[in-house]
Amino acid sequence: MTIISRGFHGRRPSEGTKLPPGQYETNGFPVLSAGPTPHVEKSSWELSVTTEDGRRHTWDWAALMALPSESPTVDLHCVTKWSKFGTEWRGVSLDVLLADVETAAEYALVTSYGGYTTNVPLADLLDGKAWITYSYDGDDLAPEHGGPARLLVPHLYLWKSAKWVRGIELLESDTPGFWETVGYHNYGDPWREQRYQGD
Amino acid sequence: MARTAVPGRLGDRLCWRVAEVTGRRVESPTAVTVVLDVPDWPGHLAGQHVDVRLTAEDGYSTQRSYSIASASDGQRLELTVQRLPDGEVSPYLVDELKPGDQLELRGPVGGWFVWGQDQTEPILLVAGGSGLVPLMCMIRAREMAGSRAPFRLLYSVRGPDELLYRSELREGSPGLDISYLYTRQAPPDAPRPPGRVAPHDLVRNGWPPDFGPTCYVCGPTGFVEKATAYLVLLGHAPERVRTERFGG
Ligand SMILES: Cc1cc2nc3c(=O)[nH]c(=O)nc-3n(C[C@H](O)[C@H](O)[C@H](O)COP(=O)(O)OP(=O)(O)OC[C@H]3O[C@@H](n4cnc5c(N)ncnc54)[C@H](O)[C@@H]3O)c2cc1C
Repeated sequence: MTIISRGFHGRRPSEGTKLPPGQYETNGFPVLSAGPTPHVEKSSWELSVTTEDGRRHTWDWAALMALPSESPTVDLHCVTKWSKFGTEWRGVSLDVLLADVETAAEYALVTSYGGYTTNVPLADLLDGKAWITYSYDGDDLAPEHGGPARLLVPHLYLWKSAKWVRGIELLESDTPGFWETVGYHNYGDPWREQRYQGD
Repeated sequence: MARTAVPGRLGDRLCWRVAEVTGRRVESPTAVTVVLDVPDWPGHLAGQHVDVRLTAEDGYSTQRSYSIASASDGQRLELTVQRLPDGEVSPYLVDELKPGDQLELRGPVGGWFVWGQDQTEPILLVAGGSGLVPLMCMIRAREMAGSRAPFRLLYSVRGPDELLYRSELREGSPGLDISYLYTRQAPPDAPRPPGRVAPHDLVRNGWPPDFGPTCYVCGPTGFVEKATAYLVLLGHAPERVRTERFGG
C-alpha cells in the first residue's frame, strides 16, 4: 500500500528523461566516498590486471595514454538517489585493456588506491559497457571524483565505478567488495532498484 | 579499509514501513526534528540512515536519505532535517509534516559510518551543519550504553542561531568535549574569530594521531573534503577516517 504524502507535490523530472525507480535528477555532481580522498600522482600511478592463475599485466600512465581512447556520454545513477544525465568522459574501453589477457574467470574484484574494493561480473565490464576514464567534461578527472583514473560502469549504481582504480583481479568465484559486505546489493542494477541486499 | 569491519545487519530484505509522526521539535530557524513511531523497527546502529519516500496524489514519488538522530529505542525514531531553499523534499519534511501524518521509510541502511559500544578508542566527531545528525546519534548511543570511550566533537556551524540540539549539547556528558567552530558569525565569547575549519582547529580540538582515534566526518561535500584532507595531512591514517557526505 502506498501512502500519499498529504500536500506533497514534488518536482517532476525534465521532459524526455527516463529515471530509474526512486531516483531524482541533479545538475550538480555530488560526491560519495567512504573516507578521505586519496591524492595519487600520475607519475607513480599504475593499473594492474591479475588473472586467476596469478599472471599480472600492468600499465603505467604513459601506457594507458598510449591506448586508443573513447568518449562515452552516459547517465550516472548513484545509490544515494541522484541521477545525472549526459555526462561526458574520456577513457579506455575495458575491451581494449583486456584484449590480450587470457582468462577463464567470470568475476572481477576492482581495487582502488585508498583500499576501496567493489565486485562486478566480468561480463559487465566487457562489450562496450565499461571504461578506465581519466577525463570528465573536458578536463582531467578531479581527485574527489576518482582522478587520476576511475572505472566507469554506468549501467550499474555508481559505487561499482570504483574511483582511484588501481587493480582488477579476475576471479573464478564472486568476492564481495567494500559496500557489498556492509549490506549493499551484490549487483546493483538501478533499473531493478537493487540498492540493498535482498532487493 | 577493512572490508568486513562492520557486518551488514540489513536482514534479508529492507522492507518499506509506514511510520507515524508523533511529534515535531523546532531545532533552529531552518531545522526540525521529526519524531516517528515505526512499527516493528528492528533497531539501528549509531550513524545509520533511513530512506524516506514521499508520494504525491498522482503517484509521483521520490526518495531521500536521512540519518537517524536518536539512539536505538524500541519503535521510536527521530530524524533531524535541515530545510534547503528550493529543495524538493526537505521543505516538506520541515514545514508541512504534522503529528498524525504517515511517512514511508526503510532501513536501517549503512554499515561503515557507524559507532558501536564495543569501540573503546578515542573518537573524533567532525560535523559541518546538519552533518551533526548521525554524530549526535553516536553521542546519544554512547550515553545510553554508559560507554566511557573519550569523545571529542568539533561542530562547524554558521552562527549561534543555527545550532542543533543546543541545550542537550550545553548540558554535555562526562568524557565528551565539544568545540564550536563558527563560520560566519561567532558569539562575543567565542575563542576564535568566525571562519571555516582550518588545520589548527583539528590540532587544538582533535586527538593526536598517535592516540589512535577513529574519526567520523559528516556534512556537505566541500566541508568533508577539506576536513578529511587536513586530518590525513596531520597524520591520521586514512582508514581511520570515515565519512558521510550529505551533498551540496
Ligand atoms: C546518507 C545521507 C544521510 C543524510 N542525512 C541527512 C540528515 O540527517 N539531515 C538532513 O537535513 N539531510 C540529510 N541528508 C541530505 C538529504 O538526503 C537531502 O539531500 C537533503 O534534504 C536535500 O533534499 P531536497 O529534496 O530538499 O533538495 P534537492 O531538491 O535534492 O536539492 C536542492 C538543491 O540543493 C543542493 N543540495 C543537495 N543537498 C545539499 C546539501 N546538503 N547542502 C547544500 N546543498 C545541497 C542540490 O544540489 C540542489 O541544487 C543526507 C544525505 C545522505 C546521502
